[in-house]
Amino acid sequence: MSVLERDPGDRVQVLDEDGTVVGELPDIDDETIVQMYHDMVLARHFDKRAVSLQRQGRMGTYPPLSGQEAAQIGSAHALGDDDWLFPSYREHGASLVRGIPLEQTLLYWMGHEAGNKVPDDVNVFPVAVPIATQTLHATGAAWAASLKGDTDTAVLCYFGDGATSEGDFHEALNFAGVFDTPNVFFCNNNQWAISVPRERQTASETIAQKATAYGFEGVQVDGMDPLAVYKVTRKALEKATAAEPPDSGRRPTLIEAVQYRFGAHTTADDPSVYRDSDEVERWQAKDPIPRLESFCRDRGLLDDEAIEAIESDVADRVAEAIESAESVPRPLPEALFESVYETMPDRHHDQLAEIEAIREEHGDEVFFE
Amino acid sequence: MSTHETTGQTQSLTLVQAVRDGLYTEMSVDEDVIVMGEDVGKNGGVFRATEGLWEEFGDDRVIDTPLAESGIVGTAVGMAAYGLKPVPEIQFSGFMYPAFDQIVSHVARLRNRSRGRFTCPMVIRAPYGGGIRAPEHHSESKETFYAHEAGLKVVMPSTPYDTKGLLISAIRDPDPVIFLEPKLIYRAFRGDVPEDEYTVPIGEAATRREGSDVSVFTYGAMTRPTMEAVEELAEEGIDAEVIDLRTVSPLDRESIVESFKKTGRAVVVNEAPKTGSLAGEITAIIQEEALLYQEAPVNRVSGFDVPYPLYALEDYYLPNAARITKAITETVEF
Ligand SMILES: Cc1ncc(C[n+]2csc(CCOP(=O)(O)OP(=O)(O)O)c2C)c(N)n1
Ligand SMILES: [Mg+2]
Repeated sequence: MSVLERDPGDRVQVLDEDGTVVGELPDIDDETIVQMYHDMVLARHFDKRAVSLQRQGRMGTYPPLSGQEAAQIGSAHALGDDDWLFPSYREHGASLVRGIPLEQTLLYWMGHEAGNKVPDDVNVFPVAVPIATQTLHATGAAWAASLKGDTDTAVLCYFGDGATSEGDFHEALNFAGVFDTPNVFFCNNNQWAISVPRERQTASETIAQKATAYGFEGVQVDGMDPLAVYKVTRKALEKATAAEPPDSGRRPTLIEAVQYRFGAHTTADDPSVYRDSDEVERWQAKDPIPRLESFCRDRGLLDDEAIEAIESDVADRVAEAIESAESVPRPLPEALFESVYETMPDRHHDQLAEIEAIREEHGDEVFFE
Repeated sequence: MSTHETTGQTQSLTLVQAVRDGLYTEMSVDEDVIVMGEDVGKNGGVFRATEGLWEEFGDDRVIDTPLAESGIVGTAVGMAAYGLKPVPEIQFSGFMYPAFDQIVSHVARLRNRSRGRFTCPMVIRAPYGGGIRAPEHHSESKETFYAHEAGLKVVMPSTPYDTKGLLISAIRDPDPVIFLEPKLIYRAFRGDVPEDEYTVPIGEAATRREGSDVSVFTYGAMTRPTMEAVEELAEEGIDAEVIDLRTVSPLDRESIVESFKKTGRAVVVNEAPKTGSLAGEITAIIQEEALLYQEAPVNRVSGFDVPYPLYALEDYYLPNAARITKAITETVEF
């Protein structure tokens, strides 16, 4: 029986809070497991540095991911080469797994449009700030893959617990159910939508069970257990690309990854106003990184030396990315008018000339006083 | 009905504190007024515009809703028709679009559709505008969308005093009001605000500076760079009049025309994208009502016709004192 065929409230777990194996391991090689550990450490370190850059005035508002590494890294590693990813705005970890350079993620949060220009060979959609809107795009892309006969392509879409309250979420899952689109809807249920707790978003006992109403499977997974996340996502992707029964053809799945955001919603938020530190501590005990570390040590995949090497590699990569993002000069005024249309209309030329006339007369500084 | 005691005192408040004070004051005098939205309760709003209201008025009057703007505004329609006076907050004006259908199809039309049997007395509050180094969709100035819609009033204050007085007027107004708050100047300065209830009428502009050479029409956050520019120009001998519109729908035609007839020259300053913005509407009013007084073309200093940029570029996008000065000088020298 597939791991997806279960009660939506029966949460899938492979590692317990101490990293002890308590469920069936996924089909995954040791190398990938170590790579996942590496990527989680990288995401955590990146996050720490990004928050401190914001504090120092070197970056704008930034949404931290700490606590959510397993959900991102575990699911992104489950993707195949032809699969697509539709993120919201907090999935810097998943993006890096899929090939978006850290430097670009930094640039984006430093206010440069260039940061959102995904490399040509990477099938990741740009950051979606308006909540839940990307779920429909994911359904549409998956639908297109199915209509065009791309049987190896599935589409993974991330969104939050808060996002499940928006109408777009309903429409996306409803279309997916009706048209059998190859989607994996991956809800990062981190318990909070800024200050609003999960219970205020829905009276359903689980988010996973909502799938039942759309006519497909919903499964809850321990979102701070990278191996369980990998296992469930892999199965859902296989179902999305399965051409034949017994998997009854290509069908969508809703995954609810239960997790916690350790830090603030964004650097502009103060979580101490709405939640107590006890709660944070309880969830910190489920931290995905020590869990996977302990699993890897037990299996002889990692030792002190290897972990030190990972930590120093990660520190170097993030430092390099920061240096490179900060060396990108401020864009020139013409960038305002870039890519609005394929061809720049006359009125844009006139408006650019208006800026240039001021710069000529008073210097560039006059815009930054 | 009123449990609110008058004090006769004045407090020195920022603009966002004046929003809060306006809500607090009106909730104290009218128990049908309720606040609803995302993070407005315990968190007191992401800008702290509803701080302390949940503690004061409780769960039934200060309501954290699920994350759904259409849900917030759509349920507010039913609440308003039933007899409450909802004041929904949309966290940023850039996130009003899921509610756009409710706003234009129902909020604006319920009175008309039901020939007055049902009405929609609500105030939809949202912070608008740029300059705060925010992520995408957090900086737009799209008041035109709402001004274009008959049945809605659109208010955009620029001082703490006006903010409280206009907000109270908006809540008491029998028709729905879109209340757009200039977040750039939420905390930029303080002003004297009476503790007691008072109103500032909707639909009336305010003269911020009297002058005889040129009329500068502006509103919201753009009032500040406009004042900066005209003070500088005063030293060079250009005497500009500044009219702060305060309400952009309905526009105060009388004040616009009166000022223009005095100066014969006009500059409009706003941060909305130029094409289709209210600057064009103001220009049309001048054409219709004061053509024979006109000495120069109307000059529009607006945002550019582009998606509002991420923050590395926003200083080029927003009208600044240099652009405003140039436009005023050209208009006066025409
Ligand atoms: C349509 C829309 N409404 C409001 C917001 C403001 N906002 C940004 S994030 C957020 C909470 C999102 O919560 P959730 O979906 O749980 O995702 P999380 O941030 O927890 O990852 C809100 C209300 C927005 N970005 N888009
Ligand atoms: Mg959340």
